[in-house]
Amino acid sequence: MIGTTGLIFNEPLLWELGAPGREAFSQPAREVPEQPVDPDLTGPGPDFPDLSELEIVRHYTRLSQWNLSVDSVMYPLGSCTMKYNPKTNERQASLPGIASAHPLLPEAMSQGLLRLIFDLEQWLAEITGLAAVSLQPAAGAQGELTGMLIFHAHHASLGRPRTKILIPDTAHGTNPASAALCGFTAVPVRSGPQGILEPQAVADLMDEETAGIMLTNPNTLGLFEANIRQVAEIVHAKGGLVYADGANMNAVLGVVDMSAMGVDVLHLNLHKTFSTPHGGGGPGAGPVCVTAKLAPYLPVPRVVQAGERLAWRSDFPLSVGRLHAFYGNFGILVRAYSYILSLGADLAQVSRLAVLNANYIQAGLKQDYHLPHDRPCMHECVFTDQRQLAHKVSALDIAKRLIDYGFHPPTIYFPLVVSGALMIEPTESETKETLDHFIAAMRAIAREAEQNPELLHQAPHHAKLRRLDEVKAARKPCLMG
Amino acid sequence: MKEISELHFPENLRYSTDHEWARPDKDLFVVGISDYAQDRLGDIVYVDLPATGSKIKKGADFGSVESVKAVSELFMPIGGEVVAVNTQLGDTPELVNSEPYGNGWMIKVKPGDPGEYQQLMDQKSYLDTLKG
Repeated sequence: MIGTTGLIFNEPLLWELGAPGREAFSQPAREVPEQPVDPDLTGPGPDFPDLSELEIVRHYTRLSQWNLSVDSVMYPLGSCTMKYNPKTNERQASLPGIASAHPLLPEAMSQGLLRLIFDLEQWLAEITGLAAVSLQPAAGAQGELTGMLIFHAHHASLGRPRTKILIPDTAHGTNPASAALCGFTAVPVRSGPQGILEPQAVADLMDEETAGIMLTNPNTLGLFEANIRQVAEIVHAKGGLVYADGANMNAVLGVVDMSAMGVDVLHLNLHKTFSTPHGGGGPGAGPVCVTAKLAPYLPVPRVVQAGERLAWRSDFPLSVGRLHAFYGNFGILVRAYSYILSLGADLAQVSRLAVLNANYIQAGLKQDYHLPHDRPCMHECVFTDQRQLAHKVSALDIAKRLIDYGFHPPTIYFPLVVSGALMIEPTESETKETLDHFIAAMRAIAREAEQNPELLHQAPHHAKLRRLDEVKAARKPCLMG
Repeated sequence: MKEISELHFPENLRYSTDHEWARPDKDLFVVGISDYAQDRLGDIVYVDLPATGSKIKKGADFGSVESVKAVSELFMPIGGEVVAVNTQLGDTPELVNSEPYGNGWMIKVKPGDPGEYQQLMDQKSYLDTLKG
């Protein structure tokens, strides 16, 4: 057991610290006289505590010490690709010429930044096998929405807007919401007994009212949709389009050509696959990649080559419009650019190792945990709590106990098609030694479930805070300080 | 989670394959989710219900129920007009866990075709499907 010992500080809320009038640094004297403001525009000010800089630094440093992060432990949160983010990417993104660039700099003074955008688009096109890319969407879900807007724009431009989208039950969880936000009705498609789509199930539902299909490959069971080409042919034959959610791109980077699979639109999560920090609520980046046929619908403005220079252009009449101020979350794009440059041709090795690691864990745990689909997986493997339920131990208890062993829990209760799911994604970052530690911890927990279930019900035992009341937090959230 | 034998399934109502139940109440039907559904979902923290007056077909979704595990859609066991919703669930969604067939009811439906009730499973068939 890696275990947890040491001095971890209690920490009050910010509102319980500080004193009236205390501040982080002295404000410079005002150069203009104070002016009254229209009372209609004012109101009671926000209830911010008055704190010194050191109080703030210690507060957040101490809270961060309570935290489990990928810099401290293995973080096998399935579907989230919590890989290690190399520090060189942070360094490049913080170079003053990049970090301090104003978004309103004229084109002539920002050619280097435009080049970074232009090149990154070209590289992502090459990596995915698709023709054109927009880096503008700020997150995976916004990339999905952009893709759905492009679906709609395509059908509308043909004079036949469509109303439905097929979504397999193994697609990424946000897909139905993105389709619904764009006004489509999400039609669920059941996956077959092998855990993947069967062409007939798609053929039975696909019609000329259906704009296309939105799927994730590999799917959320960590399985490759082996029938993807037949599925794409069925959808295309009825005039539909194929959307692939790139959430699981870490399994197929530089290995699979998305256009050869029949994909028309794909989004990438730079904050997952291309190693930029995530998990704190943002910022992210969800570039959208499309076939040449759909390129006219991409968001504007776009960076184009204009003679020897690069320039912004918005004169694309079929474009779905602007999705984000300026050009997306530029700092995230820099990190992805740096990551791709660092790895070069080794990018494909990222996916090979991610898949190998997941299969190593799957093989190492299938004697102890129920494996609903016993076949080679891609970058993540999905077990269930079925055997442990016999001892009244649930996926939640197993996840909480893993914290005591020094691991972040895996994703639990997702995908929904598997009852009591434990979804484990080790990523390529982990060494064999760490994977062996993880397997040993999971096996030890399986024995504990049989011999001492109460130990698991009470877990975690070593964390700063014990079992949190998640129900109360959801029913009666305290949103104030 | 409990064993099937520890759960309660009244005989005076009928069940859908999606684990909703319906109970005749004069010319209306009261709708909720079964003891099995609430047990598998776990602690329920939010219930999203339709506006009264909504007309929803059998099998279409009429709302969603959110537990600490997941958000699940709710499907109409009988098509018709929603004439009442259980507003108590706004502040006390836990009623769905504690009294799934009583104060945890969700909507009252004026049926388009009351015959759809007979197409639902009785207690015995529902138990058979749960035992698989």
